[in-house]
Amino acid sequence: MAHVLLQDIEKLYGDVHVVRRLNLSVAQGEFLVLVGASGCGKSTTLRMVAGLESISSGTLSIGGRIVNDVSPRDRDIAMVFQSYALYPHMTVFENMAFGLRIRKAPQTEIDRRVGDAAKLLGLEDLLQRRPAALSGGQRQRVAMGRAVVREPAVFLFDEPLSNLDAKLRVQMRIEIARLHKRLGTTILYVTHDQVEAMTLADRIAVMHEGYLQQCDSPSTIYNRPANTYVATFIGSPAMNLWPVHATVETRGNRQVVLLRGSGLSVELDGKIADRLTAAMTADHRLGNGEWTVGIRPQDLHIARGDAPVHARLPVEVVEPLGAETFVFGELADPGEPLPARDPATRLRRESASILRVDAGQLVADSEELPLTLDLNRLHLFDSAGQRIAAADPEAAVAIPAIALNFDKSPA
Amino acid sequence: MSPKAAQAPSPLSRMAPHLLLVPVTIVTLYPVLYVAKLAFSGVGGTSASPWPWPEVFSLDAFSEVVNRTDAQGTWLFGRQMLNSLLVSGLTTVLGIVLACTAAYGFARFEFPGRRAGLLAFLATQMFPGILTMIPLYVLMQKLGLLDSMLGLVLVYATTAIPFCTWTLKGYFDTLPKEIEESAIIDGASRLTIFLKIILPLSAPAIAVTALFSFMTAWNEFVLAYTFLSQEAAYTMPVQIRNYVGDKDVQWSLFAASSLIVSIPVMALFYAVEKHLVGGLTAGGVKG
Repeated sequence: MAHVLLQDIEKLYGDVHVVRRLNLSVAQGEFLVLVGASGCGKSTTLRMVAGLESISSGTLSIGGRIVNDVSPRDRDIAMVFQSYALYPHMTVFENMAFGLRIRKAPQTEIDRRVGDAAKLLGLEDLLQRRPAALSGGQRQRVAMGRAVVREPAVFLFDEPLSNLDAKLRVQMRIEIARLHKRLGTTILYVTHDQVEAMTLADRIAVMHEGYLQQCDSPSTIYNRPANTYVATFIGSPAMNLWPVHATVETRGNRQVVLLRGSGLSVELDGKIADRLTAAMTADHRLGNGEWTVGIRPQDLHIARGDAPVHARLPVEVVEPLGAETFVFGELADPGEPLPARDPATRLRRESASILRVDAGQLVADSEELPLTLDLNRLHLFDSAGQRIAAADPEAAVAIPAIALNFDKSPA
Repeated sequence: MSPKAAQAPSPLSRMAPHLLLVPVTIVTLYPVLYVAKLAFSGVGGTSASPWPWPEVFSLDAFSEVVNRTDAQGTWLFGRQMLNSLLVSGLTTVLGIVLACTAAYGFARFEFPGRRAGLLAFLATQMFPGILTMIPLYVLMQKLGLLDSMLGLVLVYATTAIPFCTWTLKGYFDTLPKEIEESAIIDGASRLTIFLKIILPLSAPAIAVTALFSFMTAWNEFVLAYTFLSQEAAYTMPVQIRNYVGDKDVQWSLFAASSLIVSIPVMALFYAVEKHLVGGLTAGGVKG
């Protein structure tokens, strides 16, 4: 077990900046997941930690020792690759024993460690097989076994489940979680799959275009995304984001913040309004009022009874998924007559608003739904896309346990 | 599937490929069969008949070829066969050993002159070997390597090494880098990776490259004919050519020795045949 520290790490390929001033600290025994879309620099970061890529600038230390110029073999790490990277001409036993043989471990020690790892991963009956005679899941288990026998200070996983089918992926995810629990080794894990990130991580580091966007617990990343990128990247379906214009209105002795635009009309009052008004005066970036409102599909409801109507959604597509139903459409401007819908115009998914309703609730295609937002679960972002912390409920307000929807995880 | 596609092909369309293949096979095999006919027709046996089988069956030509000796009583066939085996074997070993390391370097490392080196290797393959014959002759003469096995091995290696390097580099390029990276993290040095991972995985490619390299040296005639003047130093192709002299033409001996010479190559071909199909890397990485 060791503590991994990345300080001002940069990676350049010629003029191309792949990783920019990355500061990240992985505590001893922590499971940290690096997540982001393809090309965000997450795999490059992992490869720099492994020593397979040189570090352009910055300092990398593992277990308190600076390892920038230390060869991979002396970093006390083990890595599991996306493509398994097993030695095809060796048996499972030899694959797992290879690293120990290189380090000249005694045969009894090799037998013991390989035996233990095989037991841990359910590979006992496969030890004499070659990789070609194994299934995808078994091969990935061997790759993990090869890392486990080394008993390294840090495990590095580079998208280890990407090549597996959906069912196996769930199974292996559980095995990796169990492995971490059993061994307690520090793990740095790269994935583009937010479900893996949310379920496995102690902390998640979200990367985008080489920059670290946010590094926090899964619950904080989900409930308090630091910016619009994180807000849309984590959570499935993605959070609804609507650009609005914010103004402050004084009503009697109290102040109200009005959010209008994109078909939305929301009034915030009470403590949130007070905090936002104060923040707008103090922070010039908030003063222009060009904000973005974010709300997750499950925090958007069909307005009933005397619930305030914040927006209207002409339904364009209804997706029943069994346990729940997702409704897609684009918000209509309040007060405006509904635009005639041209059936030939396809709904643009990336800009569509999404509402989650219970499976039992019937929603008709082309119906117009009055919507109300759960204002306690509202996310506000400034004109630069950064979270406006003043809009968050006070710390005393408990953040409900994460309620993610994993049905639509990316394949 | 459409009903039309499900129909069995007509007898005529099934016959069509064979109508082409049968004559092509006959044209290909006829010269070989004719050589066999000459070889089995006895010493001095020639025939005006176009039929590719002997009128009189005799092994005399083989006996004469195998038992030839020179004035000093040296067993020429044995000596020349050994020359051929030594030259071809050493060329192959030298070519493969040097080419494996060179090809791995070209395939995996970036260094100044990498591209130029590769192109230079390619350029040597582009010119006909005969172009280098005169300079090589002068060189060999100055080095005192005419009529020597070592000289011929060095000459053959000049073409074998670039050929083997390009062939093996092509194969090394296809080996997944992750396997090596995995070994690096396991603690293996570059040399260990090369010896314990790359070479075993490349066995099929090495076998095929070695076979071609051996065959090229085994069959080479022009350079050997130029650099070797003493009968005891001849390789088999030079000796075969000698049976068809300006005045004395012995087609049966020519044919018999041709058949004998083809035996080692055929044996080698069958030995490495299993490597010609299928690679060893299956299962190592997702694919």
